[in-house]
Amino acid sequence: MFVEEADAKRLLAAGGIHTPVGTVAETVAEAVLASGGPVMVKAQVPAGKRGKAGGIVAADSAEEVEAAARRLLGSELGDHMVDRVLVEPRVEIAHELYVAVVVDATSAGPLLMVSAHGGVDIEDVHESSPESVAKMPIDISIGLTPSDAEGAVAILGNLLDGEQKRALVDVLLRLYERFRFLDAQLVEINPLAVTTDGSLVALDAKLIVDDNALLRQLDLPAQRAVGTALELEAAEQGFLFVELDGDVGVLANGAGLTMATMDAVTAHGGAPANFLEVGGMAYKRATPALALVLKNPKVKSLLVNLCGAYARTDVIAEGLIEGWKTLAPDLEVSFCIHGTGEERAQELVRTELGREPHESMDDAIREAIANAAKRVEATS
Amino acid sequence: MTSVRELFGTAPRRVLVQGITGGEGSYWTEQMLAYGSQVVAGCTPGKAGQVVAGTPVYDTVSHAVADHDIDVSVVFVPARFAKGAAIEAIEAGVPNVIVLAEFVPVHDTMQIIAAARACGTRVIGPNCPGVVFPGRDFVGIMPGWSERLFSPGRIGVVSRSGSLGALINLHLVQAGFGQSAFLGLGGDPIVGTTFRDALEMFEADPTTDAVVLLGEVGGPMEEQAASYLESMHKPVVSFIAGKNAPEGKKMGHAGALVSGGKGTAASKMQALSAAGALVADVPTEIVSLLQGLDL
Repeated sequence: MFVEEADAKRLLAAGGIHTPVGTVAETVAEAVLASGGPVMVKAQVPAGKRGKAGGIVAADSAEEVEAAARRLLGSELGDHMVDRVLVEPRVEIAHELYVAVVVDATSAGPLLMVSAHGGVDIEDVHESSPESVAKMPIDISIGLTPSDAEGAVAILGNLLDGEQKRALVDVLLRLYERFRFLDAQLVEINPLAVTTDGSLVALDAKLIVDDNALLRQLDLPAQRAVGTALELEAAEQGFLFVELDGDVGVLANGAGLTMATMDAVTAHGGAPANFLEVGGMAYKRATPALALVLKNPKVKSLLVNLCGAYARTDVIAEGLIEGWKTLAPDLEVSFCIHGTGEERAQELVRTELGREPHESMDDAIREAIANAAKRVEATS
Repeated sequence: MTSVRELFGTAPRRVLVQGITGGEGSYWTEQMLAYGSQVVAGCTPGKAGQVVAGTPVYDTVSHAVADHDIDVSVVFVPARFAKGAAIEAIEAGVPNVIVLAEFVPVHDTMQIIAAARACGTRVIGPNCPGVVFPGRDFVGIMPGWSERLFSPGRIGVVSRSGSLGALINLHLVQAGFGQSAFLGLGGDPIVGTTFRDALEMFEADPTTDAVVLLGEVGGPMEEQAASYLESMHKPVVSFIAGKNAPEGKKMGHAGALVSGGKGTAASKMQALSAAGALVADVPTEIVSLLQGLDL
């Protein structure tokens, strides 16, 4: 879950990290009320690179705040509608630093990162001068120690004075505590400003919380619905569904097989309409899964590719047949069924739907692509 | 590195089932026993003294290991209890732990792996289907008994995904190949045993002639495997799932996520191919690539 800046800052501040005292405004009038002196007006969307997209505006008067809020509120930034802005007092910046703690797949543990090059895209810094980014793997059973944090701060050389270095070590320890406390995949402050009066302030904050930990992270804001209408409906029903642009509806069991099936559809010259897996615990819920796939108007033919291991293909077939009979779609469907429960599943498809399952997955895919093409031709 | 045939020790390998009294735990215990796996004990807090499929149940792992030598524990408990159960087994001295649950928080996984490193334990998973040694035994939730999917042979198969593993195993058996072992590593962004670990075990295994590596988008595991593959003597045939995965969308597995242009199928295929692996465009091509090898 991508936590938007204003909420991320609140959660960092709760851990003792200094952030500007800002106001979240949902209307132009609220934004104007929050103006006063030099401020930043920042669109709140669950995505990075807002500055490049024009979502962050400096404003020096109530009129400028009003103009900025009027332009941003209700606009589209990337894939997201801006429904609130953060109005924050501007600070005088001496340096901009980069600090982050991230779940690192390579070390299979947390990774602390510190760089003197804050305020820019850290990926660019990794490209241009990787030696300027301190990357310190952390043993999660010990946690971040003050001496580790001091070691990471050493990358900054003499950029900071002794007092500021101690303050930065303190920020890093607090950042790591937030990382652990919030089940973060990433917590990043970019930039962490060294102000002209020498203090450290988090001017931006990016927080991504592990979706698998949301049940125990009760202090997070409500999650913004992201995705197409059909994706949202699927998510509500607990399905992992991704809508694509093609015309061959795909139903398979398991994430790996579903991805591989989509790849094979593409390799044979077709285009998948969706990713939807009915494996794992979802294998008993093929009826609603079928309904979701068929709700997509782009679907011109359906491909069912099952290879059961844990998931029983006969149970999936039963669910599909029930759904098919209820919905009675005017659509061709191609089957390939193997693995656990295959004899019964194949027999059910033959007797209940009058379809002969293909022995080869490639044959089923070719047929499904041809059926979609025929349908497109017939309707054009 | 030990050979894959010695993973969990030399046979017979004695299995502990954590969560044995649950529906899944008891069902799969029966299946494992029927196939010949040596399930010697089970564990569920508060259920000591019960018997499941002829297997004695203990409250804690330390009680089970006091009565039995255990080579591997398979953790059937739900995601939110997986960390506690896995670390209990690790701290009780069980040398190998397989975590099956999907949706384990990644911080829990990092803690499991840190505890395993401290104790010298091998962890497989989380979010994995387990391991199968055709003709001998299996541990986990792959139908090792299925003669359509598994047959004793000399191809090592390692997969992040159980379902894609099942498909390729089916194709292998249909083409007359068999497996020395199937290892299901799991679909999470961080797992205890990586492709690189698996390749090292298959390289060291005298009963394996070639390895099939089934990767998917997201994470650095395939690229890490490629850096080892250059020094391998055995041929590796690979398929990477998820060429259609749009940026920033999780493809079913928590680990299957292309992000910031990283972890794409193209970059993984390129890395593996440059390191000498044969890379299939479609899953069905795996078999013809294997047939083209001089095995």
